[in-house]
Amino acid sequence: MFIVATAGILVSMSMALVRALLGPTVYDRVMAVNIFGTKTVLLIAALGFLTNRPEFLDLALVYALINFIGTIAVLKFFEFGDLGLTRRIQRGAD
Amino acid sequence: MDLALDVLSWVSIAGGLFFMLVGTFGLLRLPDVYTRLHAAGMTDTMGAGLLLLGMALQTVLGILHGDTHYWSVLVRLVLVYLFLLATSPIATHALARAGIAGGVEPWTNEEVGS
Repeated sequence: MFIVATAGILVSMSMALVRALLGPTVYDRVMAVNIFGTKTVLLIAALGFLTNRPEFLDLALVYALINFIGTIAVLKFFEFGDLGLTRRIQRGAD
Repeated sequence: MDLALDVLSWVSIAGGLFFMLVGTFGLLRLPDVYTRLHAAGMTDTMGAGLLLLGMALQTVLGILHGDTHYWSVLVRLVLVYLFLLATSPIATHALARAGIAGGVEPWTNEEVGS
């Protein structure tokens, strides 16, 4: 039964990839990649149960952390055009 | 007891898969960023939550069979769930805010320029 779960997660991952390739704006692409990362976490967990090695969940935890940080960093870059400056400093410079 | 837990776990995994597939279908079909965010958020909360609940019920089944190393697996599943619970709304909010700041107009049902 876990093989059904794995197959379903893979199908929806490929659908999210299609949106990441099509996405007209950059925000569509970032959102699709974020969803793809969440599904990767679930895929790793399901694969761990499928192969009777649930210790894979450590990898899932690390991947969830990296995925969140990456999404926020990319969004901050596209919102402010810079990773280091806060909005207040930018306004003061204008 | 065992059978009930097993059935409950498979039902919640199937429900999680359903929500996940519907959410990604919405990701493909809906018209703009903000409506797609709705589908994406549903995938994160319901889909991931139900799938992790199903896996947690499987580990509870393992614990009931006397397999003590499943305790650590259960703790990790709860940690993954708590983390997704905290980060998914933050990411969705940041996406909507970045979209507004980047000048993406929300899609409306009105005829443009008629």
